Amino acid sequence: MSEVMDRPQTLNLKVVGTRPIRPDGADKVTGKATFGADFSMPGMLVGKIKRSPHAHARIVSIDTKKALALAGVKAVITAADFPDLASEEYEAGESAANLRDLALNCMARGKVLYDGHAVAAVAATSSSIADAALALITVTYDVLPHVIDVEAAMEAGAPVLHAHLFTEGLETKPDRPSNIAKRNELMRGDLEAGFAQAEVTVEGRYTTAAVHQGYIEPHACVAAFAPDGQCQVWSSSQGQFMVRTYCAKILGLEASNIRVTPTEIGGGFGGKTTVYLEPLALALSRQSGAPVKMVMTREEVFRATGPTSGAVIEVKLGAKRDGAITAARVVLKYQAGAFPGSPVGAGSMTALACYDVPNFSVTGFDVVTNSPKVAAYRAPGAPISAFGVESAMDDLARELGMDPIALRRKNAVRDGVKAAYGPTFRNIGYLETLEAIADHPHYKAPLGPNQGRGVAVGFWFNVGGESTAAVQVGEDGSAVVVTGNPDIGGSRASMAMMAAEVLGLPIEKVRPIVADTASIGFSMLTGGSRTTFATGMAVTQAAQKIVVDLKRRAAQIWDVPVEQVDWINGAAVCLDAAKADKGDLTLAALAAQSARTGGPIGAQVSLTAQGAGPGFGAHICDVEVDPETGHVTILRYTAAQDVGRAIHPAYVEGQIQGGVAQGIGWALNEEYVFDSEGRMENAGFLDYRVPVASDLPMIEPIIVEVANPRHPFGAKGVGEVPIVPPLAAVANAVRAAIGVRMTDLPLSPPKIRAVIDAR
Amino acid sequence: MPHVVAACSTCRQFTDGLVEFDVEADSVRRMIGELDRRFPGLGEHIERRMAIAIDGEIHQDAHGARLAADSEVYLIPRIGGG
Amino acid sequence: MTSRRHISATVNGDPVEFLSEAGTTLLDALRDELGLTGSKEGCGSGDCGACSVIVDGRLICSCLMLAAEAEGRRIETIEGMADGSTLHPLQRKFLEHAALQCGFCTPGLLVAAKALLDANPDPSESETRYWLAGNLCRCTGYDKVIRAVMDAAAELRQARV
Repeated sequence: MSEVMDRPQTLNLKVVGTRPIRPDGADKVTGKATFGADFSMPGMLVGKIKRSPHAHARIVSIDTKKALALAGVKAVITAADFPDLASEEYEAGESAANLRDLALNCMARGKVLYDGHAVAAVAATSSSIADAALALITVTYDVLPHVIDVEAAMEAGAPVLHAHLFTEGLETKPDRPSNIAKRNELMRGDLEAGFAQAEVTVEGRYTTAAVHQGYIEPHACVAAFAPDGQCQVWSSSQGQFMVRTYCAKILGLEASNIRVTPTEIGGGFGGKTTVYLEPLALALSRQSGAPVKMVMTREEVFRATGPTSGAVIEVKLGAKRDGAITAARVVLKYQAGAFPGSPVGAGSMTALACYDVPNFSVTGFDVVTNSPKVAAYRAPGAPISAFGVESAMDDLARELGMDPIALRRKNAVRDGVKAAYGPTFRNIGYLETLEAIADHPHYKAPLGPNQGRGVAVGFWFNVGGESTAAVQVGEDGSAVVVTGNPDIGGSRASMAMMAAEVLGLPIEKVRPIVADTASIGFSMLTGGSRTTFATGMAVTQAAQKIVVDLKRRAAQIWDVPVEQVDWINGAAVCLDAAKADKGDLTLAALAAQSARTGGPIGAQVSLTAQGAGPGFGAHICDVEVDPETGHVTILRYTAAQDVGRAIHPAYVEGQIQGGVAQGIGWALNEEYVFDSEGRMENAGFLDYRVPVASDLPMIEPIIVEVANPRHPFGAKGVGEVPIVPPLAAVANAVRAAIGVRMTDLPLSPPKIRAVIDAR
Repeated sequence: MPHVVAACSTCRQFTDGLVEFDVEADSVRRMIGELDRRFPGLGEHIERRMAIAIDGEIHQDAHGARLAADSEVYLIPRIGGG
Repeated sequence: MTSRRHISATVNGDPVEFLSEAGTTLLDALRDELGLTGSKEGCGSGDCGACSVIVDGRLICSCLMLAAEAEGRRIETIEGMADGSTLHPLQRKFLEHAALQCGFCTPGLLVAAKALLDANPDPSESETRYWLAGNLCRCTGYDKVIRAVMDAAAELRQARV
């Protein structure tokens, strides 16, 4: 149930907006916190996976007899141990997943579709025995030609991954299978007329490589399948309910028989909004009768868990001399990996979201390729299309002789303007972010030789969805806030803060707990920048219900009408002057009398949060390019973002800084490199180069607050917007520094060197 | 009468290319039912794959949400975050 | 199963003994034999620093050291950093500056930072960044981490005065 909230509280806030120490902090800095691989159960076995060495092949046979016979091996599974699911769309993450594809991705059946695709798994009494068992499994393959490049995969004559995949979204249904799973289109106005009106046009073709979310903690879980069918899973995941649902569907079990406990999670960024290990661990546990722990190696994480798409982006913009854009055409081709489902839809919808363009066409292609199935990565799809559009905008500004911020302001969306993806914007803070960077000293700071400055903007929807929160008041007047959202960035602190604010308690008296699937009502997973918004809404409403109840109890104790009672600073206050001698009743005092006034004090709220406020960001990036080495140094970075209201400003700043860092890595160094056999050559942190401390300067976040009236404190989602602008902000800065437009990410030193040499 | 725009190419396969409709309905549930009556199959498609923006606010699974006579309704694909 | 070797060492000031196979890393031994799960495996190849420990005063990646090599050595892990329940200034500053989000890289970063301040009590921002370049963090962008380390360094210098 969702209600329109009263106008968000913004005045006299005592807790919201401050920076308390996070409640799980002591455990995290002392190494005590339990992440997935830290969890153990008595009698636990070690589970490991046999993976395909081929990018595309038919599985002719799998012989597991020798592995099963090895002393210490307690279970061996293949696809034969899983039900053969029909193709079915099911929503358990944030958007619908095809269950059959998900199951096949966890364990190949009939065909392997990427190097690293799981074909079998074992559980044994030790790691070395498990390794030995894997070596004893013989798999015979019939190797097939493979295709990884997105445009190569689109060509007629490309090796076809799925014989039953016909392109969706075409006017006439095709008669031949294709690797193009889907074509989508977003249109407005008359494109031809729009370009006819244009006095200036710019065009560009841009490419990005597949990049991984790069969480430092590899996937890990422990699963225990009891003889009575009761299952327990401990998993470092962004969503314990999602894990439960997917395990139930993939294994043909009842969800009610599976209890999933989220461990602490060492980063997700969207990459842990699906399952890889959990169904396998459960199947191994079922067969062996013992708990099974499975932890991926870093190499497995790269080879077999979703990166985001590599892509081709084509942009054409037309504008008047005064900078008003008259037409825009965007074509997006995104890799989906082994199964359909790239984020090209979101990439299409966000491509022009910052701009009020009267005529446009955005076409998107979702293309399967022989590479790991793509998974969500922070604002999935948006950074890619923004890279193309923001690079083209930068060229347009240069062509017009116009300041890049002024060009964006000229075409900016604002309240009352229809978004490119349809609905009318309300309560957005885009213009405010542009003002923030235009006014910032960074924008006017002088630059030296080989240095350049780039500006870029970005958008993300942010999501609402289902959340449950339960708040309990203890007999000492403290409170426990229970939710079902794993904490990947400090959200549990924000939950406690919002409850403390409403209850009038100091933050130290509020303890937040992230509970398992049996101990709290359903919550959609942590992702989509939804937790502070949606779960925060549930927490606040639960605390508000408690305040209503506390006033009733005080009224009963004082024997006054409940309208005579107010709740101020954590205590019931009697408004009846005649009873002024009563004194205030604190939460602790009321808790002590709870038995007499109705029983234990607590409330639970389950809701589907609607009206999540979209987020906008505007970034400035300064670089210096070393002409000898082609190395790009990020000199300075400033990122303004409308966050609605910063509940805990330090964590809001952290989200902005972290997203920017990932975007910089995406722009400069990160990419999947495949050899001619379709195997990833850089499946480790040495050669898959994420930013390190010496690569980055301090990153200055500017928090802009244009309240979201739908959230009790005005919050909008924060986590995803920051990764959208940096790809183009860096590329535009490099353009300014070296005088040449670079269109192919990453802008690694050899590429820059080649351009400088050719200058 | 609420004005509904199907801002998604996948809806068009049910509506024969039509993109905008006036729909007599005072709640999202009734709107979906009415659209399904006019274009069989569209109702389930909306329920499974689409989010609904009502006067600029995005709703998902919001059967009970009320629609006013001048409500602007957009059908847009559901978005997954990361 | 290969035969296991008996190892004796000192961990966080305490004498310990455990068995390990020839190929077991120090990281595995710390986590699986000694129950010290504070040191993490992020990559297994010495590239991420999540397994950082100090051996005989030297900062190393415990995933690159064999458990057998620990024989007779003095090892310091994250678990030994606090004094009872009194946090080390570095730990405190990390919390004050919100220098962690998921917290997975935090133990490694803290151990590495402690090794830095043991060697150089007054590092510049640049020196701090280069010293910590072997500790990957994907959540924070390092900004608040560097501020926390330099703030802790200042406090420790103050305390010595």
